Amino acid sequence: MTIPGSELEIHETDAPVEDDSVVSVAGRSPTQLAIARFRADKLSMISFTVTVFIVLCAIAAPILVATGVLHPNEFHQELLSDDGVAPAGRFGGISWDHPFGVDPASGRDLLARLMLAITSSLTIAISGTILTVIIGSVLGIVAGFSGGFVDAVIGRIIDLTLSFPQTLMLLALSGPVVLMFRTQIADFAPLSFFESADLSNGFYVILILAIFGWPPVARVVRGQVLSIREREFIEAARLLGASRRRLYFKEVLPNVWAPVLVYVTLLVPAYISAEAAFNFLGVGIKPPTPTLGNILGDSVSYTSADPMYFFLPGALLALIVVVFNLVGDGARDALDPKSHR
Amino acid sequence: MTNETINQDPEDVPAPQPSGHGAAVARADAKPILEVDQLRMYFPVKAPGVFRRTVGQVQAVDGVSFQVAEATSLGLVGESGCGKSTTGRLITRLYKPTAGAIRFGGKDIAQAGASELKPLRREIQMIFQDPYTSLNPRQTVGSIVGAPLAIHKVLPKNKILPRVQELLEIVGLNPEHYNRYPHEFSGGQRQRIGIARALTLQPKLLVADEPVSALDVSIQAQVINLLQDIQNEFGVAFLFIAHDLAIVRHFCPEIAVMYLGKIVEIGDRESIYNNAHHPYTQALLSAVPDVKQAATGGRIERIRLQGDVPSPIEPPSGCRFRTRCPIAQEICARHEPPLLQIGRQHKVACHFPGRLGEAPREPFTTGLLGVDAEGRPDPGASPSTDLVEQPGYADTWFDLDNKSIGRA
Repeated sequence: MTIPGSELEIHETDAPVEDDSVVSVAGRSPTQLAIARFRADKLSMISFTVTVFIVLCAIAAPILVATGVLHPNEFHQELLSDDGVAPAGRFGGISWDHPFGVDPASGRDLLARLMLAITSSLTIAISGTILTVIIGSVLGIVAGFSGGFVDAVIGRIIDLTLSFPQTLMLLALSGPVVLMFRTQIADFAPLSFFESADLSNGFYVILILAIFGWPPVARVVRGQVLSIREREFIEAARLLGASRRRLYFKEVLPNVWAPVLVYVTLLVPAYISAEAAFNFLGVGIKPPTPTLGNILGDSVSYTSADPMYFFLPGALLALIVVVFNLVGDGARDALDPKSHR
Repeated sequence: MTNETINQDPEDVPAPQPSGHGAAVARADAKPILEVDQLRMYFPVKAPGVFRRTVGQVQAVDGVSFQVAEATSLGLVGESGCGKSTTGRLITRLYKPTAGAIRFGGKDIAQAGASELKPLRREIQMIFQDPYTSLNPRQTVGSIVGAPLAIHKVLPKNKILPRVQELLEIVGLNPEHYNRYPHEFSGGQRQRIGIARALTLQPKLLVADEPVSALDVSIQAQVINLLQDIQNEFGVAFLFIAHDLAIVRHFCPEIAVMYLGKIVEIGDRESIYNNAHHPYTQALLSAVPDVKQAATGGRIERIRLQGDVPSPIEPPSGCRFRTRCPIAQEICARHEPPLLQIGRQHKVACHFPGRLGEAPREPFTTGLLGVDAEGRPDPGASPSTDLVEQPGYADTWFDLDNKSIGRA
């Protein structure tokens, strides 16, 4: 054992001069503390970096296509083997010109198509998530805060939505609704850059995702609001004469966004894979516009001729889902320091 | 520190009393700022299920009357669940009372709607019990303390920060800490932030709902002293809700003791602490640890009340305290004792009012109620008609010691 007090002296001499902390009196918000915790976690930071890279790819892809760097729709029959299906060369025709190989039967550049696929899949997943969260959190706050009759009604709507045979409806309504969108969107100028078929199919998927995805968000938010509305600071705000809007959005909402954010990071990967699944069932954006779903759906026909054509998009989908989930886990741990993995 | 009025109209702020931590003295001439008359709050008890039928009522507050004079303090004491916090929340109109009147500045606010209440919010504010839940963890101290100004739009945006800093200084916090978050402060500091928020609109009445019971004893003293300084400087009246009798004695010149939704005894400090006439008040006081008496060994025997507090859903008939009262008799089950004035500033609700161990053998109230000693109707007697409880004190009272009518 060391002599008591000896460490104290060492500490004193080693102690850094705390000038900075005295000068800056600005406090750190719970959010800033959470970000610091998130940054301290290596796995979260790695996944976050990969996520950012994927998102950058998604943003860059249409620009690169427009500027002529990527050619997702250029056919290269000369790159296919003699049977006209499997790409020539090993591993699906991987070469310097086509790092991910080429499509079987058409010889299109797979890298370009995958990058564009990330764009469309992420756009659908993120739009769906945003819509889901808006519907879910507004209904959740209203239900939790109002209680009583309103709460009961929203609760029953949630039950109804959850018990609805969604896959059946998804398939049944796909035709008429997509057609309706198509006629509505056809002459809407700002969106004329996109194919109207892609737009209406994409909107339909987003809508379906949001309509069937909001109940869990609403439940999470409602549960949080139920505990928060009993806290005394809500009474204090009422006592000050705060309006309902102020109560909802200034007092309650900042206290529930943490679990919502976690839910968001978990919804995005879920929606990416849901989009793939829908596409497999025939609902969603159709080729030639690539999405992860329709590339995977297409690849099933070529599994024996060109296994790489299945493996690469599959691995990419898995990677995206895993990193988004890891970011979500990291965000949850950072926002709730009491939880342990 | 300057007392800059934010209200544009010149208010008649009472002249500040001599500063220091001295306890405020009840002034007989002070006019009441708050008058509560027969206030009742029944919470419905609903059956589970779809239809949620009302199956009962929690009589949380059942006919409470008192006054709070300008720039003074009324203490409200009683054990948990006796309705003292509910009373505070009724006066701040967080709840709408079932019946009764709350006259603030002469105006009845008991049934006022939201738009009528908004100006009132500037006059009556509240200090909450738990400093850990009464501040929004996602807002900076500056926006918490400045929120009242923003909601009531009394100051332009660029003037809010200086006012917030001034308030932080008043409550003894570093004004530079306005952009910190509540979690960076200790319990006592948080309570000071809560006090600053309550003071922002310069209220005339502060309802302090157990403002120090969540704090360490050493911090309690600091916060109490702060509240007294605020009262002396700004002339704020307090309704001080607490269960700590020592703190109430220190802070409040007038005290009301509640039991199961009713006031059982109300009076000035001297009457309650040295001249308690209600067996419940006596039991409550005997439970206060007394260092001096413990040292000399002359500790008064503690009165142990038997049983639990009855349910406020089905309170006992007659006197609500009778199930635990050591001196209860037949009449107590039959008739509810009226709150009788027995001193210049002393009222008690008991059939057998008397100092500890000197309770009368015969009920005192038989003549007034027109009943015999057992509580059965007495055909020969003429019951007194003016037994309606008044919020304030009358000029005449029953002098129990001299068996006569006392006069002011």
